[in-house]
Amino acid sequence: MTTVSKTDTYPSRVRPTGIESQQTVDSQVIRIEPSHGWISLRLNELWEYPELVYFLTWRDVSVRYKQTALGISWAIIQPFFTMIVFSLFFGRLAQVPSDGIPYPIFSYAALVPWTFFANGLIQASNSLVGSANLIKKVYFPRLAIPIATVLSGVIDFLLAFVVLLAMMLFYGVVPTINVLWFPLLLLLALVTSLGTGLWLSALNVQYRDVRYTVPFLIQLWMFITPVAYPSSLIPEPWRALYGLNPMVGVVEGFRWALLGTTPAPSTILIASSLVAIAILVGGAFYFRRMEKTFADIA
Amino acid sequence: MSTAAIRIEELGKLYRLGVKRKGYKTLREALTNTMTAPFRRISSVFQRGEAQNADNTFWGLREVSCEIQRGEAVGIIGRNGAGKSTLLKILSRITEPTTGFAEIYGRVGSLLEVGTGFHPELTGRENIYLSGAILGMRKAELRRQFDEIVSFAEIEKFIDTPVKHYSSGMYLRLAFAVAAHLETEILLVDEVLAVGDIAFQKKCLGKMQDVAKTARTVLFVSHNMGAISQLCQRALWIDNGRLKLNGSAPEVVASYLLSGTVNQSVWTIPPGENSQTSVQVQAVRVLSTDHQPIGVLEFDKGFKVEIHYEVEETIRNLSILCRVIDSEGNPLWTSWDTDATSWKGDVREPGQYQSVCQIPGNILRPGRYFLSVGALVSGISVLDFRQNVVSFDVSEVGYQLNLDRIGLITPVLQWTVERKDDVKRLQSVGT
Repeated sequence: MTTVSKTDTYPSRVRPTGIESQQTVDSQVIRIEPSHGWISLRLNELWEYPELVYFLTWRDVSVRYKQTALGISWAIIQPFFTMIVFSLFFGRLAQVPSDGIPYPIFSYAALVPWTFFANGLIQASNSLVGSANLIKKVYFPRLAIPIATVLSGVIDFLLAFVVLLAMMLFYGVVPTINVLWFPLLLLLALVTSLGTGLWLSALNVQYRDVRYTVPFLIQLWMFITPVAYPSSLIPEPWRALYGLNPMVGVVEGFRWALLGTTPAPSTILIASSLVAIAILVGGAFYFRRMEKTFADIA
Repeated sequence: MSTAAIRIEELGKLYRLGVKRKGYKTLREALTNTMTAPFRRISSVFQRGEAQNADNTFWGLREVSCEIQRGEAVGIIGRNGAGKSTLLKILSRITEPTTGFAEIYGRVGSLLEVGTGFHPELTGRENIYLSGAILGMRKAELRRQFDEIVSFAEIEKFIDTPVKHYSSGMYLRLAFAVAAHLETEILLVDEVLAVGDIAFQKKCLGKMQDVAKTARTVLFVSHNMGAISQLCQRALWIDNGRLKLNGSAPEVVASYLLSGTVNQSVWTIPPGENSQTSVQVQAVRVLSTDHQPIGVLEFDKGFKVEIHYEVEETIRNLSILCRVIDSEGNPLWTSWDTDATSWKGDVREPGQYQSVCQIPGNILRPGRYFLSVGALVSGISVLDFRQNVVSFDVSEVGYQLNLDRIGLITPVLQWTVERKDDVKRLQSVGT
């Protein structure tokens, strides 16, 4: 679409900051021309709008629970009540195994990252269409929109996580040293959510079918992720294949790091991370490729 | 070192009407399209050239080239849909050109809308930061100008109230205040001034003027010819996607106004339409005082309405009337050609006639007006009546009055002012 290049023809002095420095010549030249095929990600552009992601995230966080009666407690209600229903039907009635830990905490430890992922994905896939008015009226790196949407879910995640800690205390589950992996596991969930969200948000601009597909997709995805059951149910030779679903790595990783279940799911984690990164990179390129049409068809 | 701020070469933008009209496709359509694409491609090879998508695409902008110097204020004028906004959208990188390229030297800020990025649930203070970030302002810039923005918008008391509780006027003031404090080297402004109350509009024009006076480069789209000639040194006239004229602002504005293409200021009866009555209005034109068809009139210049009609059988006591209606539908007056002093006869024989009404300047408030014309025999029958048959604009060029005059029209009237309590003068008159 456009290329930003620093050229040597213009002496790069102090960047003009306002009227008082009118005379200084900005070394930035923007060339606007038709683009063809796959284009570079130009992530550096995101840095030229330093506060953009921050403010958009902050907007999403502060607006999310405005004018709701229960407010921020929604962040806890959703995974917590799902946990209760799961414990009742899967844990109690269906006697689903839970790797030797109490079923409620077993499922809740999976539901916390799962809810983060699912909400991030739903909101990210609608984020561009929801910002159509913005996209048509002002230029800024479009990637900031889905990124901020997914990031804003981290606050909800942390709140639900506090409840998880309380439950661990209640059930007397002591985390192992592996808990140090926790930030990386959160990152893996974020990458998966954002990567998928980038694909779907860009698709959604052109094909509104996405709006109807996403809830369905998330439902199916939950069944192929060990949220309600342990991945130990899957026969060993199929585990690595199972790990190609990046959320398997996230969920199993969470259980392993926090609850100290079973040995480290290293094969699964490696497979999941590679797939998650592939989805993210592919999604980012697809997003950038479709970006030029957003303003015309959103 | 070149002093160009913007260089545009052969810039073009092709729109697909289908996409534009439908907004979005469904996956099913896309799938059927993909399935049938090879067949269509084969058939299009055989019938080369013609009809190949030619009817559902159009050039929103075509082969526009120009160079804008650093520090210049340039107005962009043209009819609705001529491509003005497309040009701004391409330059602000919202949409991509189909052909050509543009080079921009410096940081660009674009104001295509008032209140970009505002969120109704957030307070004024929060929205200033949010909108600023989206428009590309830096935090330091915003923090330094925060107080100035708030006082410019005159909303000090409500700065911590969610903007959804603002009146529309307050909302607009705040939104514009943020935008007006963008400190980029290049500013692209669409017609955002067409909103808000008159006093604030004036303030915005003042601010724009300040912007234009500094060494910043400003591109300004407007239908307000007065503002263009006041603020800009140069103007670009875009017509049907092409750059029609590029020159000094007064010159371009004048030829644009005189072109008569601005709106429907001339009407002729569509061929084949025949009335059953004995008198038929055949053409109506709005003419400048020097007999040119004109669509935009200067406030202080008079104009003429010329009505052509045909009388098919001898008629007694015929009146031709002309009514001026403002853009809100208020009839301002109706005038009859029986007021004419030059035409004394009360009988009109069959033939072609023309009645001309002279309307002096300094009456119609700047804005858009419509004319209705009719032929009737007063109190007996209406023979022909054409409602809102032509329209014209009165521009702010020549409008020297202050803006806050309540009333449908703003006539310039004769006043005399005398002082009556001057004792000495009274005495001297007495002696």
